[in-house]
Amino acid sequence: MAMAALRREGRRILLSPTVPNPSPAAASAAVTRSSAISQPCTPLGARSISTQVVRNRMKSVKNIQKITKAMKMVAASKLRAVQTRTENSRGLWQPFTALLGDTPSVDVKKNVIVAITSDKGLCGGINSTSVKVSRALHKLTSGPEKESKYVILGEKGKVQLVRDSRNSIEMTVTELQKNPINYTQIAVLADDILKNVEYDALRVIFNKFHSVILFKPTMVTILSPEVAEKESEAGGKMGDLDSYEIEGGETKSEILQNLAEFQFSCVLYNGALENACSELGARMSAMDSSSRNAGDMLDRLTLTYNRTRQASITTELIEIISGASALEG
Amino acid sequence: MLRHAARRLVSRTAAAPTARRALATAEVPAEAAEDSTFVEAWKKVAPNIEPPTTPLSLMQPRPPTPATIPTKLTVNFVLPYKSEIANKEVDMVIVPATTGQMGVLPGHVATIAELKPGVLSVHEGNDVTKYFVSSGFAFVHANSIADIVAVEAVPVDQIDPALVQKGLADFTAKLGSASTDLEKAEAQIGVDVHSALNAALTG
Repeated sequence: MAMAALRREGRRILLSPTVPNPSPAAASAAVTRSSAISQPCTPLGARSISTQVVRNRMKSVKNIQKITKAMKMVAASKLRAVQTRTENSRGLWQPFTALLGDTPSVDVKKNVIVAITSDKGLCGGINSTSVKVSRALHKLTSGPEKESKYVILGEKGKVQLVRDSRNSIEMTVTELQKNPINYTQIAVLADDILKNVEYDALRVIFNKFHSVILFKPTMVTILSPEVAEKESEAGGKMGDLDSYEIEGGETKSEILQNLAEFQFSCVLYNGALENACSELGARMSAMDSSSRNAGDMLDRLTLTYNRTRQASITTELIEIISGASALEG
Repeated sequence: MLRHAARRLVSRTAAAPTARRALATAEVPAEAAEDSTFVEAWKKVAPNIEPPTTPLSLMQPRPPTPATIPTKLTVNFVLPYKSEIANKEVDMVIVPATTGQMGVLPGHVATIAELKPGVLSVHEGNDVTKYFVSSGFAFVHANSIADIVAVEAVPVDQIDPALVQKGLADFTAKLGSASTDLEKAEAQIGVDVHSALNAALTG
Protein backbone atom coordinates (compact mmCIF):
# COMPACT_ATOMS: atom_id res chain seq x y z
CA MET A 1 0.00 0.00 0.00
CA ALA A 2 2.78 2.37 0.96
CA MET A 3 4.72 1.29 -2.09
CA ALA A 4 1.69 2.08 -4.25
CA ALA A 5 1.42 5.54 -2.72
CA LEU A 6 5.13 6.18 -3.28
CA ARG A 7 4.75 4.92 -6.81
CA ARG A 8 1.93 7.32 -7.43
CA GLU A 9 3.92 10.21 -5.95
CA GLY A 10 6.88 9.31 -8.12
CA ARG A 11 4.67 9.34 -11.17
CA ARG A 12 3.23 12.73 -10.38
CA ILE A 13 6.65 14.33 -9.79
CA LEU A 14 8.03 12.79 -12.93
CA LEU A 15 5.15 13.71 -15.18
CA SER A 16 4.85 17.43 -14.36
CA PRO A 17 8.09 18.67 -15.95
CA THR A 18 7.70 16.55 -19.07
CA VAL A 19 5.52 18.33 -21.60
CA PRO A 20 4.12 15.69 -23.95
CA ASN A 21 3.16 13.34 -21.17
CA PRO A 22 0.85 10.48 -21.86
CA SER A 23 -1.64 10.15 -19.03
CA PRO A 24 -1.25 7.03 -16.97
CA ALA A 25 -4.75 5.97 -17.96
CA ALA A 26 -3.87 6.17 -21.63
CA ALA A 27 -0.66 4.29 -21.02
CA SER A 28 -2.37 1.49 -19.16
CA ALA A 29 -5.15 1.38 -21.74
CA ALA A 30 -2.54 1.12 -24.46
CA VAL A 31 -0.95 -1.77 -22.62
CA THR A 32 -4.19 -3.64 -22.18
CA ARG A 33 -5.21 -3.01 -25.76
CA SER A 34 -2.02 -4.46 -27.09
CA SER A 35 -2.65 -7.60 -25.14
CA ALA A 36 -1.04 -9.86 -27.67
CA ILE A 37 2.30 -7.99 -27.66
CA SER A 38 3.79 -6.97 -24.32
CA GLN A 39 5.23 -3.49 -24.02
CA PRO A 40 6.76 -3.24 -20.58
CA CYS A 41 8.48 0.08 -21.20
CA THR A 42 6.00 2.91 -21.67
CA PRO A 43 7.26 6.14 -23.13
CA LEU A 44 8.20 9.29 -21.31
CA GLY A 45 8.44 8.18 -17.73
CA ALA A 46 4.98 6.88 -16.81
CA ARG A 47 6.30 4.30 -14.53
CA SER A 48 3.97 1.66 -13.15
CA ILE A 49 1.04 0.48 -15.11
CA SER A 50 -2.21 -0.05 -13.31
CA THR A 51 -3.48 -3.60 -13.44
CA GLN A 52 -6.87 -2.47 -12.23
CA VAL A 53 -8.32 -2.11 -15.70
CA VAL A 54 -7.29 -5.61 -16.69
CA ARG A 55 -8.60 -7.01 -13.45
CA ASN A 56 -11.98 -5.38 -13.95
CA ARG A 57 -12.18 -6.73 -17.44
CA MET A 58 -11.33 -10.22 -16.21
CA LYS A 59 -14.06 -10.08 -13.57
CA SER A 60 -16.72 -9.07 -16.05
CA VAL A 61 -15.65 -11.69 -18.59
CA LYS A 62 -15.74 -14.37 -15.91
CA ASN A 63 -19.26 -13.32 -14.94
CA ILE A 64 -20.35 -13.48 -18.55
CA GLN A 65 -18.90 -16.95 -18.84
CA LYS A 66 -20.88 -18.10 -15.81
CA ILE A 67 -24.09 -16.63 -17.17
CA THR A 68 -23.72 -18.19 -20.58
CA LYS A 69 -22.89 -21.58 -19.08
CA ALA A 70 -26.02 -21.39 -16.94
CA MET A 71 -28.13 -20.38 -19.94
CA LYS A 72 -26.79 -23.33 -21.89
CA MET A 73 -27.76 -25.77 -19.14
CA VAL A 74 -31.22 -24.25 -18.82
CA ALA A 75 -31.73 -24.55 -22.58
CA ALA A 76 -30.50 -28.15 -22.51
CA SER A 77 -32.95 -29.16 -19.79
CA LYS A 78 -35.86 -27.40 -21.49
CA LEU A 79 -34.92 -29.03 -24.77
CA ARG A 80 -35.18 -32.51 -23.33
CA ALA A 81 -38.77 -31.86 -22.30
CA VAL A 82 -39.90 -30.26 -25.56
CA GLN A 83 -38.10 -32.76 -27.75
CA THR A 84 -40.20 -35.73 -26.63
CA ARG A 85 -43.40 -33.79 -27.27
CA THR A 86 -42.19 -32.71 -30.68
CA GLU A 87 -41.30 -36.23 -31.73
CA ASN A 88 -44.70 -37.44 -30.60
CA SER A 89 -46.43 -34.77 -32.62
CA ARG A 90 -44.58 -35.59 -35.82
CA GLY A 91 -47.21 -38.09 -36.88
CA LEU A 92 -49.89 -35.42 -36.83
CA TRP A 93 -49.35 -33.77 -40.20
CA GLN A 94 -48.44 -36.90 -42.15
CA PRO A 95 -51.99 -38.12 -42.85
CA PHE A 96 -52.86 -34.75 -44.37
CA THR A 97 -49.85 -34.76 -46.66
CA ALA A 98 -50.60 -38.37 -47.59
CA LEU A 99 -54.13 -37.36 -48.56
CA LEU A 100 -53.66 -33.97 -50.13
CA GLY A 101 -50.03 -34.03 -51.18
CA ASP A 102 -47.95 -30.89 -51.03
CA THR A 103 -48.06 -28.27 -53.73
CA PRO A 104 -45.52 -25.59 -52.92
CA SER A 105 -45.53 -24.25 -56.47
CA VAL A 106 -49.26 -23.59 -56.54
CA ASP A 107 -50.16 -20.32 -58.17
CA VAL A 108 -52.82 -18.41 -56.28
CA LYS A 109 -53.94 -14.84 -55.85
CA LYS A 110 -53.85 -14.51 -52.09
CA ASN A 111 -50.90 -15.98 -50.26
CA VAL A 112 -50.51 -15.73 -46.55
CA ILE A 113 -47.09 -16.46 -45.11
CA VAL A 114 -47.26 -17.63 -41.50
CA ALA A 115 -43.77 -17.29 -40.03
CA ILE A 116 -43.08 -18.94 -36.67
CA THR A 117 -40.23 -17.27 -34.77
CA SER A 118 -39.14 -17.04 -31.17
CA ASP A 119 -39.87 -14.38 -28.59
CA LYS A 120 -36.52 -14.39 -26.86
CA GLY A 121 -33.15 -13.71 -28.40
CA LEU A 122 -29.66 -15.12 -27.94
CA CYS A 123 -30.62 -18.13 -30.02
CA GLY A 124 -28.22 -17.94 -32.90
CA GLY A 125 -29.40 -17.31 -36.43
CA ILE A 126 -32.66 -19.22 -36.64
CA ASN A 127 -34.92 -16.19 -36.60
CA SER A 128 -32.89 -14.44 -39.26
CA THR A 129 -33.06 -17.57 -41.40
CA SER A 130 -36.83 -17.76 -41.06
CA VAL A 131 -37.20 -14.10 -41.92
CA LYS A 132 -34.90 -14.42 -44.94
CA VAL A 133 -36.90 -17.36 -46.24
CA SER A 134 -40.17 -15.51 -45.61
CA ARG A 135 -38.93 -12.48 -47.49
CA ALA A 136 -37.81 -14.58 -50.45
CA LEU A 137 -41.17 -16.33 -50.43
CA HIS A 138 -42.91 -12.99 -50.38
CA LYS A 139 -40.94 -11.97 -53.44
CA LEU A 140 -41.73 -15.27 -55.10
CA THR A 141 -45.45 -15.10 -54.52
CA SER A 142 -46.07 -11.44 -55.23
CA GLY A 143 -46.73 -10.37 -58.72
CA PRO A 144 -49.03 -8.32 -60.88
CA GLU A 145 -52.22 -10.07 -59.83
CA LYS A 146 -51.05 -11.87 -56.75
CA GLU A 147 -50.36 -10.54 -53.34
CA SER A 148 -48.96 -12.02 -50.20
CA LYS A 149 -49.33 -11.04 -46.59
CA TYR A 150 -47.56 -11.99 -43.38
CA VAL A 151 -48.88 -13.43 -40.17
CA ILE A 152 -46.05 -13.43 -37.67
CA LEU A 153 -45.83 -15.53 -34.54
CA GLY A 154 -43.06 -14.38 -32.22
CA GLU A 155 -41.47 -11.12 -31.23
CA LYS A 156 -38.17 -11.55 -33.08
CA GLY A 157 -39.79 -12.08 -36.45
CA LYS A 158 -42.04 -9.09 -35.95
CA VAL A 159 -39.13 -6.80 -35.14
CA GLN A 160 -37.27 -7.81 -38.29
CA LEU A 161 -40.18 -7.77 -40.70
CA VAL A 162 -41.75 -4.56 -39.44
CA ARG A 163 -38.74 -2.68 -40.78
CA ASP A 164 -39.43 -3.10 -44.44
CA SER A 165 -42.74 -4.91 -44.86
CA ARG A 166 -44.93 -3.12 -42.37
CA ASN A 167 -47.83 -2.84 -44.78
CA SER A 168 -47.85 -6.49 -45.64
CA ILE A 169 -48.19 -7.68 -42.07
CA GLU A 170 -51.71 -8.83 -41.43
CA MET A 171 -51.40 -9.81 -37.78
CA THR A 172 -48.76 -10.64 -35.17
CA VAL A 173 -48.95 -12.93 -32.18
CA THR A 174 -46.44 -12.80 -29.34
CA GLU A 175 -45.95 -14.63 -26.03
CA LEU A 176 -46.64 -17.97 -27.55
CA GLN A 177 -44.45 -19.84 -25.09
CA LYS A 178 -45.59 -18.23 -21.88
CA ASN A 179 -47.25 -21.53 -21.03
CA PRO A 180 -45.97 -24.77 -22.53
CA ILE A 181 -47.35 -25.16 -26.02
CA ASN A 182 -50.44 -27.35 -26.13
CA TYR A 183 -52.90 -28.19 -28.84
CA THR A 184 -55.84 -26.26 -27.40
CA GLN A 185 -53.93 -23.00 -27.39
CA ILE A 186 -52.75 -23.53 -30.94
CA ALA A 187 -56.22 -24.51 -32.10
CA VAL A 188 -57.66 -21.28 -30.72
CA LEU A 189 -54.84 -19.34 -32.37
CA ALA A 190 -55.41 -21.06 -35.71
CA ASP A 191 -59.09 -20.26 -35.48
CA ASP A 192 -58.24 -16.64 -34.82
CA ILE A 193 -55.92 -16.44 -37.80
CA LEU A 194 -58.37 -18.10 -40.15
CA LYS A 195 -61.14 -15.77 -39.09
CA ASN A 196 -59.17 -12.60 -39.65
CA VAL A 197 -57.21 -13.42 -42.76
CA GLU A 198 -58.42 -14.09 -46.28
CA TYR A 199 -56.32 -16.67 -47.99
CA ASP A 200 -56.08 -18.92 -51.00
CA ALA A 201 -52.94 -20.61 -49.80
CA LEU A 202 -51.30 -20.58 -46.40
CA ARG A 203 -47.60 -21.16 -46.18
CA VAL A 204 -46.29 -22.01 -42.73
CA ILE A 205 -42.57 -21.45 -42.25
CA PHE A 206 -40.68 -22.79 -39.28
CA ASN A 207 -37.31 -24.34 -38.40
CA LYS A 208 -37.57 -28.08 -38.29
CA PHE A 209 -35.54 -29.74 -35.60
CA HIS A 210 -33.36 -32.47 -37.07
CA SER A 211 -30.80 -32.59 -34.27
CA VAL A 212 -29.26 -30.35 -31.65
CA ILE A 213 -27.01 -28.74 -34.23
CA LEU A 214 -29.14 -29.03 -37.36
CA PHE A 215 -32.29 -27.01 -38.00
CA LYS A 216 -33.67 -26.57 -41.48
CA PRO A 217 -36.26 -24.03 -42.58
CA THR A 218 -39.34 -25.91 -43.68
CA MET A 219 -42.42 -24.76 -45.50
CA VAL A 220 -45.81 -26.41 -45.46
CA THR A 221 -48.48 -25.32 -47.93
CA ILE A 222 -52.16 -25.48 -47.03
CA LEU A 223 -54.72 -24.69 -49.67
CA SER A 224 -58.09 -23.19 -49.02
CA PRO A 225 -61.00 -25.51 -49.85
CA GLU A 226 -61.90 -23.67 -53.05
CA VAL A 227 -58.37 -23.83 -54.37
CA ALA A 228 -58.09 -27.47 -53.34
CA GLU A 229 -61.20 -28.31 -55.35
CA LYS A 230 -59.88 -26.41 -58.33
CA GLU A 231 -56.52 -28.18 -58.16
CA SER A 232 -58.15 -31.59 -57.84
CA GLU A 233 -60.30 -30.93 -60.87
CA ALA A 234 -57.27 -29.80 -62.81
CA GLY A 235 -55.68 -33.15 -62.11
CA GLY A 236 -52.01 -33.62 -61.52
CA LYS A 237 -50.85 -34.32 -58.01
CA MET A 238 -54.16 -33.60 -56.36
CA GLY A 239 -56.25 -35.35 -58.94
CA ASP A 240 -56.86 -38.24 -56.57
CA LEU A 241 -58.84 -36.07 -54.22
CA ASP A 242 -61.93 -36.43 -56.36
CA SER A 243 -61.81 -40.18 -56.11
CA TYR A 244 -62.38 -40.01 -52.36
CA GLU A 245 -65.93 -40.39 -51.16
CA ILE A 246 -67.05 -37.93 -48.57
CA GLU A 247 -68.85 -39.29 -45.55
CA GLY A 248 -70.93 -37.05 -43.42
CA GLY A 249 -71.79 -33.39 -43.54
CA GLU A 250 -74.15 -31.89 -46.03
CA THR A 251 -71.83 -30.82 -48.78
CA LYS A 252 -68.37 -31.67 -49.93
CA SER A 253 -67.24 -28.07 -49.53
CA GLU A 254 -68.22 -28.05 -45.86
CA ILE A 255 -66.08 -31.10 -45.20
CA LEU A 256 -63.19 -29.65 -47.16
CA GLN A 257 -63.48 -26.47 -45.15
CA ASN A 258 -63.29 -28.37 -41.88
CA LEU A 259 -60.44 -30.39 -43.28
CA ALA A 260 -58.43 -27.33 -44.22
CA GLU A 261 -58.96 -25.76 -40.80
CA PHE A 262 -58.02 -28.95 -39.01
CA GLN A 263 -54.95 -29.36 -41.18
CA PHE A 264 -53.87 -25.82 -40.42
CA SER A 265 -54.15 -26.28 -36.67
CA CYS A 266 -52.26 -29.59 -36.78
CA VAL A 267 -49.48 -28.16 -38.95
CA LEU A 268 -49.25 -25.06 -36.78
CA TYR A 269 -49.00 -27.19 -33.64
CA ASN A 270 -46.20 -29.30 -35.03
CA GLY A 271 -44.47 -26.22 -36.45
CA ALA A 272 -44.61 -24.34 -33.15
CA LEU A 273 -43.14 -27.32 -31.28
CA GLU A 274 -40.40 -27.87 -33.85
CA ASN A 275 -39.51 -24.21 -33.79
CA ALA A 276 -39.37 -24.21 -30.00
CA CYS A 277 -37.00 -27.19 -30.12
CA SER A 278 -34.83 -25.51 -32.75
CA GLU A 279 -34.74 -22.33 -30.69
CA LEU A 280 -33.53 -24.20 -27.63
CA GLY A 281 -30.96 -26.16 -29.61
CA ALA A 282 -29.66 -22.99 -31.26
CA ARG A 283 -29.50 -21.27 -27.90
CA MET A 284 -27.51 -24.18 -26.50
CA SER A 285 -24.90 -23.98 -29.22
CA ALA A 286 -24.79 -20.17 -29.15
CA MET A 287 -24.26 -20.10 -25.40
CA ASP A 288 -21.71 -22.88 -25.67
CA SER A 289 -19.61 -20.96 -28.17
CA SER A 290 -20.09 -17.84 -26.06
CA SER A 291 -18.68 -19.48 -22.94
CA ARG A 292 -15.83 -20.91 -24.93
CA ASN A 293 -15.00 -17.47 -26.30
CA ALA A 294 -15.21 -15.99 -22.84
CA GLY A 295 -12.82 -18.67 -21.63
CA ASP A 296 -10.35 -17.84 -24.39
CA MET A 297 -10.63 -14.15 -23.66
CA LEU A 298 -10.05 -14.82 -19.99
CA ASP A 299 -6.88 -16.78 -20.78
CA ARG A 300 -5.54 -13.95 -22.88
CA LEU A 301 -6.38 -11.35 -20.26
CA THR A 302 -4.72 -13.44 -17.56
CA LEU A 303 -1.53 -13.52 -19.58
CA THR A 304 -1.64 -9.77 -20.09
CA TYR A 305 -2.33 -9.23 -16.42
CA ASN A 306 0.61 -11.36 -15.37
CA ARG A 307 2.91 -9.69 -17.83
CA THR A 308 1.87 -6.25 -16.67
CA ARG A 309 2.25 -7.19 -13.05
CA GLN A 310 5.66 -8.71 -13.58
CA ALA A 311 6.78 -5.72 -15.63
CA SER A 312 5.86 -3.31 -12.89
CA ILE A 313 7.65 -5.44 -10.27
CA THR A 314 10.73 -5.56 -12.47
CA THR A 315 10.65 -1.80 -12.94
CA GLU A 316 10.42 -1.28 -9.20
CA LEU A 317 13.34 -3.59 -8.56
CA ILE A 318 15.43 -1.86 -11.19
CA GLU A 319 14.73 1.50 -9.59
CA ILE A 320 15.58 0.30 -6.13
CA ILE A 321 18.75 -1.45 -7.25
CA SER A 322 19.95 1.41 -9.39
CA GLY A 323 19.16 3.81 -6.56
CA ALA A 324 21.10 1.63 -4.14
CA SER A 325 24.06 1.30 -6.48
CA ALA A 326 24.04 5.06 -7.08
CA LEU A 327 24.28 5.58 -3.31
CA GLU A 328 27.18 3.18 -2.94
CA GLY A 329 29.40 4.04 -5.74
CA MET B 1 -18.15 -17.37 -34.80
CA LEU B 2 -21.21 -19.68 -34.68
CA ARG B 3 -20.10 -21.50 -37.79
CA HIS B 4 -16.78 -22.32 -36.13
CA ALA B 5 -18.60 -23.53 -33.09
CA ALA B 6 -20.91 -25.62 -35.21
CA ARG B 7 -17.94 -27.14 -37.01
CA ARG B 8 -16.25 -27.91 -33.73
CA LEU B 9 -19.40 -29.50 -32.32
CA VAL B 10 -19.87 -31.52 -35.48
CA SER B 11 -16.32 -32.84 -35.43
CA ARG B 12 -16.75 -33.80 -31.80
CA THR B 13 -19.92 -35.77 -32.37
CA ALA B 14 -18.74 -37.12 -35.65
CA ALA B 15 -20.33 -40.55 -35.34
CA ALA B 16 -23.94 -39.53 -34.64
CA PRO B 17 -24.62 -37.06 -37.49
CA THR B 18 -23.07 -39.29 -40.13
CA ALA B 19 -25.25 -42.19 -39.06
CA ARG B 20 -28.30 -39.95 -39.19
CA ARG B 21 -27.21 -38.55 -42.53
CA ALA B 22 -26.96 -42.05 -43.92
CA LEU B 23 -30.54 -42.73 -42.84
CA ALA B 24 -31.73 -39.40 -44.21
CA THR B 25 -30.47 -40.03 -47.73
CA ALA B 26 -32.65 -43.12 -47.96
CA GLU B 27 -35.80 -40.97 -47.90
CA VAL B 28 -34.92 -38.40 -50.52
CA PRO B 29 -35.65 -40.34 -53.78
CA ALA B 30 -38.49 -39.42 -56.10
CA GLU B 31 -40.18 -36.82 -53.90
CA ALA B 32 -37.47 -34.26 -54.63
CA ALA B 33 -38.36 -34.23 -58.29
CA GLU B 34 -41.92 -33.18 -57.59
CA ASP B 35 -40.86 -29.92 -56.02
CA SER B 36 -38.63 -28.98 -58.95
CA THR B 37 -40.90 -26.20 -60.21
CA PHE B 38 -40.83 -24.64 -56.79
CA VAL B 39 -37.07 -25.01 -56.45
CA GLU B 40 -36.50 -23.43 -59.86
CA ALA B 41 -38.80 -20.52 -59.16
CA TRP B 42 -37.05 -20.08 -55.82
CA LYS B 43 -33.61 -20.04 -57.38
CA LYS B 44 -34.67 -17.25 -59.71
CA VAL B 45 -35.88 -15.08 -56.86
CA ALA B 46 -33.35 -15.90 -54.15
CA PRO B 47 -30.30 -17.63 -55.61
CA ASN B 48 -28.19 -17.38 -52.48
CA ILE B 49 -30.67 -18.82 -50.03
CA GLU B 50 -31.41 -22.50 -49.94
CA PRO B 51 -35.07 -23.29 -50.56
CA PRO B 52 -37.00 -24.55 -47.54
CA THR B 53 -37.70 -28.26 -47.26
CA THR B 54 -41.25 -29.39 -47.84
CA PRO B 55 -43.22 -32.10 -46.08
CA LEU B 56 -43.05 -34.56 -48.97
CA SER B 57 -39.32 -34.89 -48.54
CA LEU B 58 -39.76 -35.50 -44.83
CA MET B 59 -42.14 -38.42 -44.91
CA GLN B 60 -41.94 -41.95 -46.08
CA PRO B 61 -43.65 -42.31 -49.45
CA ARG B 62 -46.85 -44.29 -49.31
CA PRO B 63 -47.10 -47.60 -51.20
CA PRO B 64 -49.16 -47.54 -54.40
CA THR B 65 -52.55 -49.18 -54.76
CA PRO B 66 -52.04 -52.93 -55.13
CA ALA B 67 -53.80 -54.86 -57.88
CA THR B 68 -55.57 -57.31 -55.54
CA ILE B 69 -57.27 -56.43 -52.30
CA PRO B 70 -54.80 -56.95 -49.44
CA THR B 71 -55.73 -59.09 -46.49
CA LYS B 72 -54.93 -56.61 -43.80
CA LEU B 73 -55.66 -52.96 -43.20
CA THR B 74 -52.78 -50.72 -42.08
CA VAL B 75 -53.90 -48.28 -39.45
CA ASN B 76 -52.31 -45.03 -38.26
CA PHE B 77 -54.06 -43.44 -35.32
CA VAL B 78 -52.50 -40.12 -34.31
CA LEU B 79 -53.22 -37.63 -31.58
CA PRO B 80 -51.52 -34.27 -31.10
CA TYR B 81 -49.48 -35.55 -28.19
CA LYS B 82 -48.66 -39.01 -29.46
CA SER B 83 -49.04 -41.57 -32.20
CA GLU B 84 -51.34 -44.09 -30.63
CA ILE B 85 -51.12 -46.67 -33.40
CA ALA B 86 -48.48 -46.49 -36.10
CA ASN B 87 -48.50 -48.75 -39.15
CA LYS B 88 -50.27 -51.60 -37.45
CA GLU B 89 -51.85 -54.32 -39.56
CA VAL B 90 -55.38 -55.09 -38.42
CA ASP B 91 -58.48 -56.75 -39.76
CA MET B 92 -61.03 -54.01 -39.30
CA VAL B 93 -61.63 -50.64 -37.68
CA ILE B 94 -64.98 -49.10 -36.84
CA VAL B 95 -64.90 -45.31 -36.81
CA PRO B 96 -67.61 -43.03 -35.41
CA ALA B 97 -68.33 -40.92 -38.49
CA THR B 98 -70.91 -38.16 -38.36
CA THR B 99 -73.24 -40.39 -40.40
CA GLY B 100 -72.90 -43.23 -37.90
CA GLN B 101 -70.49 -46.04 -37.10
CA MET B 102 -68.55 -46.89 -40.22
CA GLY B 103 -66.71 -50.16 -40.59
CA VAL B 104 -63.51 -50.10 -42.62
CA LEU B 105 -62.16 -53.33 -44.09
CA PRO B 106 -59.18 -53.88 -46.37
CA GLY B 107 -60.11 -52.83 -49.87
CA HIS B 108 -62.55 -50.17 -48.65
CA VAL B 109 -63.23 -47.42 -51.16
CA ALA B 110 -61.19 -44.26 -50.63
CA THR B 111 -63.08 -42.09 -48.15
CA ILE B 112 -62.74 -38.90 -46.17
CA ALA B 113 -64.90 -39.06 -43.07
CA GLU B 114 -65.43 -36.43 -40.43
CA LEU B 115 -65.72 -37.95 -36.97
CA LYS B 116 -68.10 -37.14 -34.14
CA PRO B 117 -67.54 -38.01 -30.48
CA GLY B 118 -67.83 -41.76 -30.20
CA VAL B 119 -66.10 -45.07 -29.91
CA LEU B 120 -63.36 -46.21 -32.26
CA SER B 121 -62.71 -49.92 -32.18
CA VAL B 122 -59.77 -51.71 -33.68
CA HIS B 123 -60.26 -55.39 -34.45
CA GLU B 124 -57.20 -57.59 -34.71
CA GLY B 125 -58.02 -61.28 -34.83
CA ASN B 126 -59.93 -61.77 -31.60
CA ASP B 127 -58.65 -58.62 -29.85
CA VAL B 128 -60.77 -55.54 -29.86
CA THR B 129 -59.31 -52.27 -28.56
CA LYS B 130 -61.82 -49.51 -27.99
CA TYR B 131 -61.02 -45.81 -27.72
CA PHE B 132 -63.34 -42.93 -27.12
CA VAL B 133 -62.41 -40.18 -29.58
CA SER B 134 -63.53 -36.60 -29.24
CA SER B 135 -63.58 -35.73 -32.93
CA GLY B 136 -61.32 -35.58 -35.91
CA PHE B 137 -60.99 -37.00 -39.38
CA ALA B 138 -60.51 -40.42 -40.85
CA PHE B 139 -58.95 -40.96 -44.26
CA VAL B 140 -59.14 -44.31 -45.96
CA HIS B 141 -56.83 -44.56 -48.92
CA ALA B 142 -57.13 -46.81 -51.92
CA ASN B 143 -54.05 -48.77 -50.87
CA SER B 144 -55.79 -50.02 -47.71
CA ILE B 145 -54.16 -47.59 -45.35
CA ALA B 146 -56.42 -45.85 -42.85
CA ASP B 147 -55.29 -42.64 -41.17
CA ILE B 148 -57.29 -41.49 -38.19
CA VAL B 149 -56.45 -38.07 -36.78
CA ALA B 150 -58.22 -37.22 -33.54
CA VAL B 151 -57.90 -34.37 -31.13
CA GLU B 152 -58.32 -36.44 -27.98
CA ALA B 153 -58.77 -40.13 -27.36
CA VAL B 154 -58.89 -42.32 -24.28
CA PRO B 155 -59.20 -46.07 -23.95
CA VAL B 156 -62.76 -46.82 -22.93
CA ASP B 157 -61.78 -48.62 -19.73
CA GLN B 158 -60.21 -45.43 -18.38
CA ILE B 159 -63.47 -43.46 -18.37
CA ASP B 160 -65.03 -42.81 -14.97
CA PRO B 161 -68.82 -43.38 -15.12
CA ALA B 162 -69.58 -41.15 -12.14
CA LEU B 163 -67.86 -38.17 -13.73
CA VAL B 164 -69.71 -38.85 -16.99
CA GLN B 165 -73.11 -38.73 -15.27
CA LYS B 166 -72.16 -35.60 -13.40
CA GLY B 167 -70.93 -33.91 -16.58
CA LEU B 168 -74.09 -34.87 -18.43
CA ALA B 169 -76.26 -33.41 -15.67
CA ASP B 170 -74.16 -30.22 -15.57
CA PHE B 171 -74.32 -29.58 -19.27
CA THR B 172 -78.03 -30.38 -19.53
CA ALA B 173 -78.64 -27.80 -16.81
CA LYS B 174 -76.44 -25.28 -18.65
CA LEU B 175 -78.31 -25.94 -21.87
CA GLY B 176 -81.57 -25.17 -20.11
CA SER B 177 -80.28 -21.91 -18.67
CA ALA B 178 -78.24 -20.76 -21.67
CA SER B 179 -79.13 -17.35 -23.02
CA THR B 180 -76.77 -16.49 -25.87
CA ASP B 181 -76.24 -18.61 -28.96
CA LEU B 182 -72.64 -19.21 -28.00
CA GLU B 183 -73.57 -20.56 -24.59
CA LYS B 184 -76.27 -22.72 -26.15
CA ALA B 185 -73.79 -24.12 -28.65
CA GLU B 186 -71.19 -24.84 -25.96
CA ALA B 187 -73.76 -26.52 -23.73
CA GLN B 188 -75.07 -28.56 -26.64
CA ILE B 189 -71.58 -29.78 -27.45
CA GLY B 190 -71.10 -30.74 -23.82
CA VAL B 191 -74.34 -32.68 -23.80
CA ASP B 192 -73.47 -34.46 -27.05
CA VAL B 193 -70.05 -35.52 -25.85
CA HIS B 194 -71.28 -36.74 -22.49
CA SER B 195 -74.17 -38.70 -23.97
CA ALA B 196 -71.72 -40.30 -26.38
CA LEU B 197 -69.47 -41.13 -23.42
CA ASN B 198 -72.45 -42.63 -21.67
CA ALA B 199 -73.27 -44.74 -24.71
CA ALA B 200 -69.65 -45.80 -24.95
CA LEU B 201 -69.66 -47.04 -21.38
CA THR B 202 -72.88 -48.97 -21.72
CA GLY B 203 -72.57 -50.19 -25.33
